[in-house]
Amino acid sequence: MTEPFACPLPLLRHETIQMAHGAGGRLSQELTRQVFMPHLGNAFLDLLDDQAKLTLPSGRAAFTTDTYVVSPCLFPGGTIGSLAVNGTVNDLAVGGARPLYLSAGFVLEEGFPIADLDRIVGSMAEAAGKAGVLIVTGDTKVVQKGFCDGIFINTSGIGVLRQEVELSCRNLQPGDRILLSGTAGDHGMSIMTAREGLSFQSGISSDCAPLNHMIEAMLDAVPGIHAMRDPTRGGVAAVLNELAASSSVGIDIEERSIPVRDEVRGACELLGIDPLHAANEGKLIAVVPDEAAREVLGIMHAFEEGRDAAIIGTVSVDHPGMVVMHTVFGSRRIVDLPAGEQLPRIC
Amino acid sequence: MCLAIPGKLLDITEENGLKMGTVDVNGSKTRACLEYVPDIVPGQYTIVHAGFALKIIDEEEAAESLKLWQELIGSGAFETGDELPSTDDL
Amino acid sequence: MGMKHLDEYRDPELARFLLEEIARKATRPWTIMEICGGQTHSIMRNGIDQLLPDTVELVHGPGCPVCVTPLETIDRALAIASIPGVIFTSFGDMLRVPGSRDDLFTVRSRGGDVRMVYSPLEALQLARLHPEREVVFFAVGFETTAPANAMAVRQAAREGIANFSVLCSQVMVPPAMRAILSSPDNRVQGFLAAGHVCAIMGWEEYEPVAEAFGVPIVPAGFEPVDLLDGILKVVGMLEKGCSGVLNAYGRVVSREGNREARKVMHSVFGVADRPWRGIGLMPASGLVLRREYARFDAERRFDVGHIAPRESPLCRSGEVLQGHLKPDACPAFGKECTPQTPLGATMVSSEGACAAYYRYHRNPDSL
Ligand code: SF4
Repeated sequence: MTEPFACPLPLLRHETIQMAHGAGGRLSQELTRQVFMPHLGNAFLDLLDDQAKLTLPSGRAAFTTDTYVVSPCLFPGGTIGSLAVNGTVNDLAVGGARPLYLSAGFVLEEGFPIADLDRIVGSMAEAAGKAGVLIVTGDTKVVQKGFCDGIFINTSGIGVLRQEVELSCRNLQPGDRILLSGTAGDHGMSIMTAREGLSFQSGISSDCAPLNHMIEAMLDAVPGIHAMRDPTRGGVAAVLNELAASSSVGIDIEERSIPVRDEVRGACELLGIDPLHAANEGKLIAVVPDEAAREVLGIMHAFEEGRDAAIIGTVSVDHPGMVVMHTVFGSRRIVDLPAGEQLPRIC
Repeated sequence: MCLAIPGKLLDITEENGLKMGTVDVNGSKTRACLEYVPDIVPGQYTIVHAGFALKIIDEEEAAESLKLWQELIGSGAFETGDELPSTDDL
Repeated sequence: MGMKHLDEYRDPELARFLLEEIARKATRPWTIMEICGGQTHSIMRNGIDQLLPDTVELVHGPGCPVCVTPLETIDRALAIASIPGVIFTSFGDMLRVPGSRDDLFTVRSRGGDVRMVYSPLEALQLARLHPEREVVFFAVGFETTAPANAMAVRQAAREGIANFSVLCSQVMVPPAMRAILSSPDNRVQGFLAAGHVCAIMGWEEYEPVAEAFGVPIVPAGFEPVDLLDGILKVVGMLEKGCSGVLNAYGRVVSREGNREARKVMHSVFGVADRPWRGIGLMPASGLVLRREYARFDAERRFDVGHIAPRESPLCRSGEVLQGHLKPDACPAFGKECTPQTPLGATMVSSEGACAAYYRYHRNPDSL
């Protein structure tokens, strides 16, 4: 190697994943020692035990799991690995928990490039570092070629719940303000335009990011925030509809107040996708009592991941269960749940 | 029936004997076939449908109608409900 | 920063100006049809119908290729896509459209190789990359899309790509307009013509229609200001009692349209009679492969046996497509029929009038 940093890869005898990498023998060990440990190693993982033995702070714990199958697994702004870490961190954080420990389970397809795996695991370490969580236990399985799409990752996470907060999607009160932490649809459009075969080269960057630090600051200042959700699949529209339905209230949003990045809007126009239906991986929706809305917004603005935060709407007693958009023209329309997977359309 | 969106042509290339180009739509870039707009040059706007440029946008026409509207609004005539001969003059 | 040639036509002030002009000009009730489903979508999305004065009623036309593709063709597509070894490619629009039993997604879940493309040239590229496979492209569309489809076929012929074929369901606007205007139930007094169809076709062919039926026809764009400008022009002509064609989409539409595109389209496709879903057979309303290109016809290449489509007896999409029935007046609307459980294609396509009504326009009190 002529490159300045020591890449562990050339030591491996294979450039791609073999069935034996998942069989528990020498190759498995090699993969652990030379790909996983250099990136993820910590006091728990270094023991290479079958389980992590943890001491949790007292109080209630939050526990979550999610499986990531995104294709392509490498995309502008992230990888399936950073997505798996951030997704689980955010699932804990929006419930009012401080994320602490994660597990990571990998399903690898025979023939998957080890260099890509290295990049993915590296991005997991980086994401975990940013979020301040440790990956304390893991597992790898290899399946025959054709049995999965390159790589799937499951992450589970555990965190401790803050005492004084009570976040719930049944908590919405008329008059509450709806805050969106940034631009809508970045991740969804990043993936859609990165898909192989489509004639795009947009390079739209995913918004994939951990939100726990910002959420921590928001709850420190205003423990009485009513609800928080991360608008992943189904986008902002799906979360707003869920919130409205769970609390039996109406939600009114202002079209002109919804932040959308230029290139995301361009791609949405071109492909006929509503940015409110496109997925996000580093955004949250917070429902905040009116009198605290400005303060929370100010806190969000102080964080990189909340720089473009905006108040996008209000909870109302009218049209319970429905989300209504007020257009820039002064008309109103329903904001519906997206019908299944978002597909580019020509008409 | 046909989603077609304006974008700016950035470059012209050839692929499999077809004239192709990159079109910038608000910062998003897409490939488009330019066979149906043979006279287009980079910098011009075109509308793109299903990966094909359909028409070079007529900048003069666009500017003219916008100017006409802006003048009418600027004159304030419509707010008072005054007769506006120019839009009656279809 | 805004999107040039797009955001100017979403200007609320301009829209308000045009709305006031329309209100001022419309002294009597008028019924105007926007032909194109894309325009329907934009009207609903922006709530333009709510903003128009009561004197102007918009009815929605049949201009959605997904909605008018016969069930028989969709069933055929599903059968072809199920053949082992076939890569079946389609615009995203058609993937969710149910045939008599299932849709292309279901075929994929059973092992069929169904792929979404954005451009017909992407389908051709798949044929180049997989010479051992049969690549079929579902060539749907109106006159806007037909030139793109035609280019893929012409290119396949030039390069001798033998493993490429197309399943055609292409239709043309003027015959549908004539059918609507000839119907004894017709209420339509003026048309917004589909701007992007006219980008290709120009408007010459609409002049005889306007003359024969004494109606105004106005090619219009898709943004709120474009649509309102179009409506204003139609209303102005109706009020004056004139018929004819008046262009409201000057930056994209010219009288002669796009000659190059038409040349290639006509060299590959010929005009034929064509059944429209919900409406029935319309003479000289379809575009099919010419004899020279017949070898690229997927219908001939793959014998999938007899197809017996089964339409839902509840669905009244034919009346919806011709402007006789508003979607929410269909008894199944929002009950048996929703975008999740569509009974007709007009509920599937995001351009379909039923889906647009469902998505943007349900009466909040009715839920
Ligand atoms: S609402 Fe459904 S059943 Fe009724 S016409 Fe529309 S598609 Fe057909």
